[in-house]
This record gives sequence, structure tokens and C-alpha cells, in this order.
Amino acid sequence: MNTTSLSPTALALQRFRRHHLAVISALLLLAMVLAVAAAPLIEMLLGHSANQVDLYNRLASPSWQHPLGTDELGRDTLLRLLYGGRVSLLTGLAAAVCAATIGTLVGLSAGYFSGRTDTLLMRFTDSIIALPLLPLLIVLAAIDLTKLGLSAQLAGDESISLYRIVVIVGLTGWTTVARLVRGATLSLREREFVLAARGIGASDWLIMRRHILPNLLSPIIVAVTLSIGSVILLESVLSFLGLGIQPPLASWGNMLTNAQQLIWEAPQLAVYPGLLIFITVICFNFVGDGLQDAFDPKAEN
Amino acid sequence: MGRFILARSAQALLVLLIMSVVIYALIGLMPGDPIDLMISADPKMTSADAALLREIYGLDQPLYRRYLAWLTSALQGDLGYSRLFGQPVLDVLLPALGNTLTLMATAFIVAIAIALPLGTLAAAKPRSLLDYGVNFYAFAGISMPSFWLALLLIMLFSVTLGWLPAGGMAPAEAGLGEKLRHLALPVATIATLHIGAYSRYMRSAMLEVLRNDYIRTARAKGASERRVLWVHAWRNALIPVVTVLALDFGFLFSGALVTETIFSWPGMGKLIFDAVMGNDFNLAIIALLFATALTLLGNLIADLLYGLLDPRIRGAGRAQ
Repeated sequence: MNTTSLSPTALALQRFRRHHLAVISALLLLAMVLAVAAAPLIEMLLGHSANQVDLYNRLASPSWQHPLGTDELGRDTLLRLLYGGRVSLLTGLAAAVCAATIGTLVGLSAGYFSGRTDTLLMRFTDSIIALPLLPLLIVLAAIDLTKLGLSAQLAGDESISLYRIVVIVGLTGWTTVARLVRGATLSLREREFVLAARGIGASDWLIMRRHILPNLLSPIIVAVTLSIGSVILLESVLSFLGLGIQPPLASWGNMLTNAQQLIWEAPQLAVYPGLLIFITVICFNFVGDGLQDAFDPKAEN
Repeated sequence: MGRFILARSAQALLVLLIMSVVIYALIGLMPGDPIDLMISADPKMTSADAALLREIYGLDQPLYRRYLAWLTSALQGDLGYSRLFGQPVLDVLLPALGNTLTLMATAFIVAIAIALPLGTLAAAKPRSLLDYGVNFYAFAGISMPSFWLALLLIMLFSVTLGWLPAGGMAPAEAGLGEKLRHLALPVATIATLHIGAYSRYMRSAMLEVLRNDYIRTARAKGASERRVLWVHAWRNALIPVVTVLALDFGFLFSGALVTETIFSWPGMGKLIFDAVMGNDFNLAIIALLFATALTLLGNLIADLLYGLLDPRIRGAGRAQ
């Protein structure tokens, strides 16, 4: 095949397809997204809802009505896994995008303006990296929002725990992207097309937006893919500790909180949510790895 | 070198000072305040009493005043009492730090002892089955939720087999065997998660080193492959690895919060979690700052170690 006629994107896609683990992971993730999207449909088929409590049917074993059995309140495990998956995937994606945006802004300004701005921003980034993250996240997650001026009603709202986790993880997860973007920007700003743009009098803002940012797209995509995995892990840890997504809203993390207490009676409850977290995160990591190889074949070691 | 150490220490101190402000402010934003807790403990207290108490404790003052007052007394060595434990903060903190060190150092040593040889062997035969295995394991290690791994280990070794305790730490007077039995599961959890990443560091460092001319020279003069690998290459590959490991060791001080909480291991991580959840403001602030300080110290040591271990960098530093 004549590869010279292919566009860079097509070439990247071709290289991606050669990374078998990444392709399988991408397909698995697609299946996961479809299953999670179809949750209401499955709910209808089974004839009961995800949060429907049935105390006569606690910790039931798998049956046609409950394909994966029920939990300690008689709720259907499969349905809760699917709705929990929605929460985990959505928060993962939202927080990763949020972190990538902050990271890109910081990295781009540091790399483009260099000098004192660079030193200041990167010292700041290094300091954040050097902090014990999880203990601090726990404090952030435990903050009473009414003390920040939110009304009690709003602070107690069910979906607020979702936004809160996105903000917390977004605020702390941007450092990797910032370093990456800075490095790429440093080399891009010396390239001829940037010098040419500067020569014809383009403003800094225009150069950053039109000439540098588009060239940063592939490293940013890789970084986002890789960070979705770690964000999902963080979300599940915080939810597991009771600080993330609040019940009755299901997330894979908080489903495991109860499972720990029931580990002697119903060990099966501890298996499914963890397995799904593990599979999802490892898939995102493989896809990220595949994308990295595809976009930047030289970096392969 | 001296100037470098000084500059980095000054930066670390500055970060610590800023973090003390941030942490103090954040702790103030947590639900309830000490007076709320007193009110809930004593139903007879009137709102006038509460206001009086707030005044006595200085809680009616603005945040920066309270922070400065706290900082002054903390610098004078008065860290306050822990509400949860009814003891001076330091008396609670130091044993926890010791317990964390026991746990983390053991896990760290186990992980290194397995990961470094594994990474070296993977690098010796790139694209072999072992190499792919190590690579896959590394991905699994960073993708595994620590609390799930802990639950699985409890399920297998405590629930099903009944071999090991599901949590807690052996009392000080217990024998070594009993202590090790309590240590086994948390150590296994932490080590399992780190082996993957460590062996990947080792692998890429080895691959880098094996490309060097002196490796070819060693082979050319007839050194055995084993000698080339474990004597010529290994020591040089260790330089970047040791730095990364030292960096990681800094993070170990704050404890594996999740692992400690699940296994009720009375270390720093669990202490921080309990203090934050239990509205133990004095303890939470100091424990968090302690963890931050130790992490920063770990980073500093990693930086210094890099210069110390690699004579090329030391030379470059002197030439400047």
C-alpha cells in the first residue's frame, strides 16, 4: 500500500490499529458506554428500577429477575452497576477535560512566555506535585459548602456531590498536562511557522490559539485519555471512603463501601464494582498508550 | 551544591508555610466548629453561652487573626489537644508516624526486591514473554483500585482461607510471627500496586544504559552476558531509578491512606482520615502539615541523591 498518500490522521489511525491491546480496550470501552447508556432500557426489561428497595429479597443470588443478584437492601446489582457506571464514566470524562483545560492554559502560558512567567508557573506546578494529594483531597471533599455561601438546600442536593468531585479532581489533576504542554510549547515556539507569524505581526494570543494550540492537540488527547483512568480511580476512592458520590446515587466506588461491611456474608458484592473500575481504568490506559504510539511513533522505546 | 540545597530548602519552607495557610483555611470550612460540638454534647447550653465560648476561644475573630494566633502558639511548641484521643496532638502523631514507617518501609523493600530484578530481566530480553508480562502487569498495577485489591485479599486470605487477620495491628508485646501476620495483607496490597511501576522504571533505565558504548566494550572484551547485565549496566541504571524511588518514598510518609483505613492500621493515613472525619481540628491540621513536610523532605532528598549518585552531574555542578 502506498502510505505516502495518507493524511497524518489516517497514518496515526493505522498505527493505532496495530496496537492490539489498545484496539480491544477501545472496543470494550465502547461496549461499556453502550451498556451504560442502555440502562433505562434494561430497567424496563427487568421490570424494576435501580434504587427499588425489596427487603424480602436481600442478598438474593442471580436469577432471571436479578441477573447479578441483589444487595443488602434488595436492590438489583446489575442495574446499580449500570447507573453507577454512568456516574463514574461521566465524572471521569468531565474532570479529565476540566483538568486538561487548566493544565493547557498553565502549560501554554509558561511555555510561550517563558522567562519569569515560566519559572513562576512551573515552580507552582512542582509544588502542587510535591504535595500529598489524597489526604488533601479528603479535606477538600469534606468541606461544608454552606460555609462557602451556598444555600443549605443547594448544598444538600444530590447532584452536588457529582459537581464537587469534578471540581476537586479538576483542580488537582492538571499538573501532568501542564508539564506536557509546556514542554511541547517550548519547542513549538521556536519553529519557523511561529516565527513567520510573529514576523507578520500576529499577536501573542493569535499565535497561541492558531499556531500552537492545534499542534498540541495530539499530546493533549493522549493526556486526557490517560488521566480519565486516574480520575475514575480517584473518584472511586473518595466515594468508597464516603466522601465522593453520595448514596442513594450509585457509583462503583460507593457500592464497595457497603460491600466491605458485608464481606463475610456476601463477598460477591465486592467483586463486580471493583472489577468494572479495574477494567475501565486499564482500558483507558491501554487506549492512551496506543494513541501515544500512534501520534508519536518516535517516542516508542 | 550548598547554594542549591539552601535554595531548595527555602522553597520547600515557603511551600510549607503557604500550605499551612491553605490547610488552616480549609479545616475552617469543614462542617461544624468546636463550639457546635460542645453544644451537641451539652443540651443545656444556651446560645448566649455559645457566643461567650466563641469569644473565649477567639472564634469570633476573622480568619487571619485566628491563623496568626494558631501559628504563634504552634511555633512555640503548643500544638493543642486532640479532641478524638484526649491527648496532646504530638503524643497521638508520633506513634502513628512510627506505625506508618513500619508498614511503608516493609512494603517498599518488598516491592523493590521484586521489581528491580524483574525490570532488569525484562530489559535484557525486550519483546520476550517476560517483557510483555511485566509491561501488562505495570498497566494492571496503575489501574487497580487499591481498596478493591485490599478487599480481594481480605476475601481470599481472611474470609475463605482464614490464614491472616483482616485488619488491625498486633499489640507491642506480641511475638514477631504475630506482627508479621498482621503486616502481611497491607504490605501485600501496597507492594502489589507499586511493583508494576517500579519494574517499568527499571526496565526503561536498563534499556537506556544497555545502548551505551561501554556495554559494547564489556561484551567485546568477553564479559559474560550476566556480568554485563548485573555489574556493568545495573549500577548505572540504578541512578535514575533510585531518584524516582526516593521521590516515591517521600509520599510514603503520608501513608497509604486507603490501605491503612481498610486494614485499620493505626498510621498517619488513617489518623488524617479519622481526624478529618471526626472534626478533630487540631489533629487534622498538624497531621496534614506533618505529612506535607515529610513529603517535601522526601523530594528534597531525591534531588540531592541524584546529584550525589551521578558523578557526571556533580562535576557539571562544580564546573558552573
